[in-house]
Amino acid sequence: MSIDKTTVSKIASLARIKVTDQDLDYYAPQLQNILDWADQLQEVDTTGVEPLANVSEIALTLREDKVTDGNIQPDILKNAPESVEGFFVVTKIVE
Amino acid sequence: MTSKLISMSVTETLAGLKNKDFSATELIKDHIAQMESCRNLNAMITELPEQALAQAAESDARIAKGEMLPLEAIPMAMKDLFCTKDIRTTAGSHILENFIPPYESTVSQKLKDAGTISIGKANLDEFAMGGSNTTSYFGPVENPWKSTTHPDKKLVPGGSSGGSAAAVSSGMTMLATGTDTGGSTRQPASFCGIVGVKPTYGRCSRWGIIAFASSLDQAGAFARSVEDSALMLGTMAGHDAKDSTSANKEVPDFAALMKQDIKGLRIGIPKEYRVDGMPQDIIDIWEKGAAMLKDAGAEIVDISLPHTKYAVPTYYIVAPAEASSNLARYDGVRYGLRVEGKDLQDMYESTRAEGFGAEVKRRIMIGTYCLSAGYYDAYYTKAQKIRRLISNDFAAAFEKCDAILTPTAPSSAFAIGENADDPIKMYLGDVFTIPASLAGLPGISVPAGLDDQGLPLGLQIIGRAWDEVTMFRTAFALEQAAAFSAQPQLIKSVA
Repeated sequence: MSIDKTTVSKIASLARIKVTDQDLDYYAPQLQNILDWADQLQEVDTTGVEPLANVSEIALTLREDKVTDGNIQPDILKNAPESVEGFFVVTKIVE
Repeated sequence: MTSKLISMSVTETLAGLKNKDFSATELIKDHIAQMESCRNLNAMITELPEQALAQAAESDARIAKGEMLPLEAIPMAMKDLFCTKDIRTTAGSHILENFIPPYESTVSQKLKDAGTISIGKANLDEFAMGGSNTTSYFGPVENPWKSTTHPDKKLVPGGSSGGSAAAVSSGMTMLATGTDTGGSTRQPASFCGIVGVKPTYGRCSRWGIIAFASSLDQAGAFARSVEDSALMLGTMAGHDAKDSTSANKEVPDFAALMKQDIKGLRIGIPKEYRVDGMPQDIIDIWEKGAAMLKDAGAEIVDISLPHTKYAVPTYYIVAPAEASSNLARYDGVRYGLRVEGKDLQDMYESTRAEGFGAEVKRRIMIGTYCLSAGYYDAYYTKAQKIRRLISNDFAAAFEKCDAILTPTAPSSAFAIGENADDPIKMYLGDVFTIPASLAGLPGISVPAGLDDQGLPLGLQIIGRAWDEVTMFRTAFALEQAAAFSAQPQLIKSVA
């Protein structure tokens, strides 16, 4: 797998991280090395092996569908970079 | 002169408080003084002297009334990954530099309810990503220990819970919380000559702990003795309706049950953990540890964990994949840093570019790549399958043994800046702790001796899932036999 600057640029865009040309030069070989190293996983025969996503084997439980907290709008907005009248505010997105 | 109060165990402290040999206020004051005199270590991101002294006054009032709580006034540090109500919680990141949680994590609440007093929020690798506490936005933490051969070198405390480990090791606090995703409690405990324990996945609630890799993250406990760590973990553990992965299982009284002897226990020695290039000191201490357990009545058995060499690369697919998803929430909209941009997308990208450090970005990008269309099965699904094989290895091994003994880390503490440009070398520092993490098993690091540079080396004991008791019993037996009493030069020089 070749991780060139174009690939890093695409990954960075998917991850919503702005990268400069200098960043691309820095990250491309590092990501390449890490993925080359991780490629050793391909030598393991995993035919018929079920992927393990949850080690705890705890079944999810259901609870009654009712509000257990709420009325905490000021708490929720307390750390917002910008808020107005109970809303989070972002740059205009509809022209 | 160093205060005697900063070198006591939890049980001694509780007895002293009950007996009115000293007050909670005196106890907390001495620890705050030690924290202030050790500021050069950079172990704390936020110091909390006023809150701590106010709590100490409440403790003294309870003690006067004979209403002592189980861990009354025990001074501790809270890793700055645990959300603490109305107290800044940064995760060691610029992006959360000014984040003040409106709620308290379940684990920190339980510790508070038991009477402990947090005197500071401990430094850590950014979002707990790192093994040396050098990726923190708030600067690296220095290990209180010095090499006898290179006393001028500043050493890392390990990571990611480096501030917590340095705080306990230097006597700033008696206990500290850590978190452990791939070794972030056990490895710094080894580097700092203290005890660090990660319980079974699901033993503690993750609610309010800033998420890194949710299928691996667990709260951890640091202490200067196995008994203290058992007392602390017993307080932290238990079911929480707010975390669906926390187990609804009874929590045994670890501290009471750990003192049972280990006669007849079978201790497994995995042959695959004898990795190439491992220092002779570590091989020696591992063999010595096995001999000590044998002398204490255990039977030593050879076991095999055949997929060990794949554990670290498996982890470095699974953990970054989960991290890339978990850290997507930091977008500059609801909390945290915002860097304005020409449009919304530009705001997201600029915020995350400025808010995250290099290691976090590296892991987010690796994770994003492994989860992207066309690569998901080749990387992520493949890694999850190997995770199953690693877990199966442990299941097979635990048919032949009751606990597993390994070194905690392949080296002692190294210098700040070493390995900095070689991510893979840094990642391999967790080679002995990651396998148990992938399998969700409990592990503890116990200081077992010093290497040829006079630096502490820990041994790890891995237990079966939900069997922390056998792990603690083995750890206690090892601790008794190893009788590790060395202290960092920092403490010795002022004593």
